[in-house]
Amino acid sequence: MFDDKPETTRMNMIQAIRDAQDVMLGKDDNVVVYGQDVGYFGGVFRCTEGLQAKYGTQRVFDAPISESGIVGSAIGMGAYGLRPCVEVQFADYMFPAYDQITQEAARLRYRSNGQFTAPLVIRMPTGGGIFGGQTHSQSPESLFTHVSGLKTVIPSNPYDAKGLLIASIEDDDPVIFLEPKRLYNGPFDGHHDKPVVPWSKHPKGEVPTGHYTVPLGKADIVREGKDVTILAYGTMVFVAETAATETGIDAEIIDLRSLLPLDIETIVESVRKTGRCVIVHEATLTSGFGAELSAQVQEECFYHLEAPVMRVAGWDTPYPHAQEWHYFPGPARVGEALKSVMEAI
Amino acid sequence: MAREENDYAPLKLHVPEPPVRPGDTPTFDKFVVPEAGSVRKPPIDTDFDQIRDLGFDIIRVLDDEGKAVGPWAEDISDDQLEAGLRAMMRTRAFDERMLKAQRQGKTSFYIQCTGEEAIATGHQMALAQGDMNFPTYRQQGLLIAQDWPVTKMMNQIYSNEQDELRGRQLPVLYSFKEAGFFTVSGNLSTQYIQAVGWAMASAIKGDTKVASAWIGDGATAEGDFHTALVFASVYKPPVILNVVDNQWAISSFHGIAGAESSTFAERAHGYGLPSLRVDGNDWVAVYAASLWAIERARRGHGPTMIEWVTYRAGAHSTSDDPSKYRPKTEHEAWPLGDPIKRMKQHLIAKDLWSEERHTQAEAQYADEMREAAIEAESHGTLHDGPGPSAAEMFEQVYKDVPPHLRRQRQKMGI
Ligand SMILES: Cc1ncc(C[n+]2csc(CCOP(=O)(O)OP(=O)(O)O)c2C)c(N)n1
Ligand SMILES: [Mg+2]
Repeated sequence: MFDDKPETTRMNMIQAIRDAQDVMLGKDDNVVVYGQDVGYFGGVFRCTEGLQAKYGTQRVFDAPISESGIVGSAIGMGAYGLRPCVEVQFADYMFPAYDQITQEAARLRYRSNGQFTAPLVIRMPTGGGIFGGQTHSQSPESLFTHVSGLKTVIPSNPYDAKGLLIASIEDDDPVIFLEPKRLYNGPFDGHHDKPVVPWSKHPKGEVPTGHYTVPLGKADIVREGKDVTILAYGTMVFVAETAATETGIDAEIIDLRSLLPLDIETIVESVRKTGRCVIVHEATLTSGFGAELSAQVQEECFYHLEAPVMRVAGWDTPYPHAQEWHYFPGPARVGEALKSVMEAI
Repeated sequence: MAREENDYAPLKLHVPEPPVRPGDTPTFDKFVVPEAGSVRKPPIDTDFDQIRDLGFDIIRVLDDEGKAVGPWAEDISDDQLEAGLRAMMRTRAFDERMLKAQRQGKTSFYIQCTGEEAIATGHQMALAQGDMNFPTYRQQGLLIAQDWPVTKMMNQIYSNEQDELRGRQLPVLYSFKEAGFFTVSGNLSTQYIQAVGWAMASAIKGDTKVASAWIGDGATAEGDFHTALVFASVYKPPVILNVVDNQWAISSFHGIAGAESSTFAERAHGYGLPSLRVDGNDWVAVYAASLWAIERARRGHGPTMIEWVTYRAGAHSTSDDPSKYRPKTEHEAWPLGDPIKRMKQHLIAKDLWSEERHTQAEAQYADEMREAAIEAESHGTLHDGPGPSAAEMFEQVYKDVPPHLRRQRQKMGI
């Protein structure tokens, strides 16, 4: 992954995402970056701050408030030969672009037999935990993983965010890049009443300068254990770690990092070892990505399982405002699932 | 056979930039301010192609001395003028109180409409009982102008025990059906076409109710805006298509929504719809133009787009810092001034008002809002005191709570 032994800098996730775009704008003239408030201002979450000043308005610019326009134009640019990396301000606002994403970007290659492709990245902040109510909190990942032709990536820390974003921009297929906004400034563990440790104090806040990649389709075992495998991604990786610590259960935690392509080998190896599996995501339960994971684990590991595969997820309601922490699947809910699979002998 | 290229110069992408940025001297020197009273007022049944000019000019009534001049200076009663000023002042006092409450951590979020108070208050006073607004998050004036209880609004902002939306919705995204105030979505532009549908239903049922659709300059870029114009043009239902051009959409000036190339009102013409362009900081013009369009719609002459020319004097929301992308004092340079100051000047010129009464009213409304806030806070604030129960999160997803949600609610232990 590295050309040499890398120099590193301390970064939070916002800076890492910005740095990945900076590296790619510098390395490849075909990379362009745009979206609402992305140009002069540098994005409402500051993920493109300074990039317009450095690369000019021909490479980094503001877009009208039209998500379908942003994605549709990026497809056109991709077909021309550019590599657009566009921002949708919140994942909740990608729906006007859903037609362009699922019917167009995802299928340009297939329907033209490879004559036309859409090598674009669509970045969008995802997930709740900021009292954003139903339109600043959703986790729509399964609406992408269900669509053939798309890749879906979701980092949980600055190191992965930069490496995965560079890999996504270099990828020749359309990539949905989901950024858990609750993790931008630190590894939030679900205890909303406690301050978040900043990334500057976390080992994954140590980010190599310059170019490196974290390959799509490679999961990361972030905690080794022998009793139960937890499959998580994004914000839930830290919630899972906390639940394991608090329950004292020796859980092996796998950060999927990319949902499609999925690193099923790492998952299967772990579940065959532990014999138990708990899947955690913030998105609503029914038809969530957990259902897909559960099915695959069952198909591959049935004879190794000591307990039913369990899912912990957001309730099947819109994301509420005041009841946010009752909705959010925090460490207590994950802990209960861990205990229940341990008891099911 | 295609032509071969020869000596064309390389193209360049045009990316609109506002005339000034932080550190520059604010200017609106390209903005032409037509004289008050200079725009004609046609009868309400005039065909759209006879009034295209009204989509370029700016209807203004109050002149620099505060006199109401020209054909749009309706016969408005003195009481109504005073009510207009008071509604604007109460809206501003409400915003000030709620901004403070947000800063004190009593809620998560707030959106003010400072500088735009005339638009919603003036428009509401021209609507009738039974009409329906499809507002954005910046039209609190629609509620305040009809003396809707401000504690109800505050309860929603605090997500407290008395919140009629049971804590489910982001602050300021109110829903008050009785007040003709449709549930506000966080997703921009979606409601513009819904308003057209509501107005179509009014026509289908043979009623005379009018829908009023609201959108900001920035959000006109969304597809739903254009879809709404097509439907309005095809079915000619009784709908007012309001576009509030407050020059900014978070950090993007209105050039990013195409305002360098055409006015927003002009866009209606492409769909064969009439439009008015109006000084949104002139309460009398707002009221007169609204009344004209609403009457036109109610008498069966179809939709009108109204572009309200104004300026977002405050931050986009409590999550925004505008000094990062525009000069701090830009609002002072805005050529159409402040709507409250202008209305006050008008009432004083008419001998209906005085500096003393103004100061008195300011104090009165600050008190009113403080007391209303204390009352609302006695029912809880977002992080403190009683609030809607966690179990209520599962209600109103469907008409009846289905079995899978009942199971999830039980799992939560309530
Ligand atoms: C579909 C969608 N995209 C993006 C956003 C994020 N957003 C919220 S307000 C806003 C700016 C809107 O500007 P404008 O329409 O001019 O209204 P104003 O805020 O000026 O009243 C943006 C981009 C959103 N709410 N919905
Ligand atoms: Mg605006």
